[in-house]
Amino acid sequence: MNKFELRDVNLFYGDFQALKNINLDIKANKITAFIGPSGCGKSTLLKTLNRMNDLVEGCRINGQILLDGQDIYGDIDVNHLRKNVGMVFQKPNPFPMSIYDNIAYGPRTHGIKKKAILDEIVEKSLRDAALWDETKDRLRKNALALSGGQQQRLCIARALAVEPKVLLMDEPTSALDPISTAKIEELVLELKNDYTIIIVTHNMQQATRISDETVFFLLGELIEANDTETLFSFPREQKTEDYITGRFG
Amino acid sequence: MSLPKLLRALVYIAAGLTFFSVAFIILYILVQGIPHLTPSLFALEYTTENVSLFPAIVNTIIIVLLTLVIAVPAGIFAAIYLVEYAKKGNRLVAMIRLTTETLAGIPSIVYGLFGLLFFVTKLQWGFSLLSGAFTLAIIILPLIIRTTEEALESVPDGWREASFGLGAGKLRTIFRIVLPAAIPGVLAGVILAIGRIVGETAALIYTAGTVARLPKSLFSSGRTLAIHMFALSSEGFYIDQAYATAVVLVIIVLGINFLSGFIARKLTKGQVR
Repeated sequence: MNKFELRDVNLFYGDFQALKNINLDIKANKITAFIGPSGCGKSTLLKTLNRMNDLVEGCRINGQILLDGQDIYGDIDVNHLRKNVGMVFQKPNPFPMSIYDNIAYGPRTHGIKKKAILDEIVEKSLRDAALWDETKDRLRKNALALSGGQQQRLCIARALAVEPKVLLMDEPTSALDPISTAKIEELVLELKNDYTIIIVTHNMQQATRISDETVFFLLGELIEANDTETLFSFPREQKTEDYITGRFG
Repeated sequence: MSLPKLLRALVYIAAGLTFFSVAFIILYILVQGIPHLTPSLFALEYTTENVSLFPAIVNTIIIVLLTLVIAVPAGIFAAIYLVEYAKKGNRLVAMIRLTTETLAGIPSIVYGLFGLLFFVTKLQWGFSLLSGAFTLAIIILPLIIRTTEEALESVPDGWREASFGLGAGKLRTIFRIVLPAAIPGVLAGVILAIGRIVGETAALIYTAGTVARLPKSLFSSGRTLAIHMFALSSEGFYIDQAYATAVVLVIIVLGINFLSGFIARKLTKGQVR
């Protein structure tokens, strides 16, 4: 089943065309990896999926992006879209408040006020992000005192707290050490059962380790999309082969 | 002497000069003023015998609070518009920037004359605390806007993105995430503004007037401590009492600084910055 369907998507920053005629289906409850060299448009495409590009001045987009069959650039509530399509950023960005308040921020935004319910959500989100044992005794402590890896798992927990259907991850481990990276990868694999996950990565090993599907981009164009094993073992396109064998990028 | 050594020596000399000039001024004021801090100086009623500064303290506090009440919300909201809402290269923004910068560079006597013509005469508020506070509010507005803008700009974009990414709207993002994180910077601006208000004389002589009595209402005229000092020393009979007043003024300013530092720490409790 397809979660997202992209039809002829073009995106411009001013005069610069960052995405060229993208057509792509993203399967539900799978991990899809976007790979490609810097500036290929993979992060840009990710940000069109929850309309974070709306915040960029001079950004125009045409074509169609359907989430569960509904056009997300049509007549919809953007805040509701972003609640359903959560995002984890490249740099861990916990709010300068307590661990508890970080997780509770999203649910509170969407009108949950009762403490008992919030307590439950906080515990469940932290458990799902494999952070509960490390933080259960210091929920009231400032989140910025956590280590980089813990901060990123906190950001994942924060995203999970609003019960999204999709999780977008923009190079979530690029600022982390190998041990923290391994933990996040393990976590992503576990989350796959309940969420559709799209992960942008610079790291091809990471793509092969965790993703089911891989999409390769180059200079704003979608070059090849296939299941991960096939794409890495039998690439159809010469450019894909050149990239995954390390001839450029 | 080699260049790095010379530069280092210059840096030390500059730091020393700054410290000693401030220390000397404060010490000088204390030595000159403290012997004349008599109980009669704090009498409820001002007379030509006791030249009490008590009414001036009350007036100063009223003017400070009133000015802040007028200028701080306006300044913060203006800064929020400039940083969070206005598009880059917007003509209106360029105009507002130019206006605030120009406002900041005008000598305060000009504001005093404007206040006299507009608030005192045109609006018929007379020489009053209200006229004075509005005039001062215009003076400190650019300062509040500028410092708040800087504080808002220093809030990492990652926090805004995270908030939007969770489905929070613009207002919620600004008031729950961005503004709380910017509070210490805003407070720094408010402290500077208080210093400006407490030390201002030229703009107040023509607007709040120089009456040395306790005010009956906001439409009463009243002198602040700085004007009180100016009046005492220009009349020439009470130089000693002017120094005593200066001691009180210095203590008040130091007190405000410590208090606002304390508030800033309370507000940002638990934040690692």
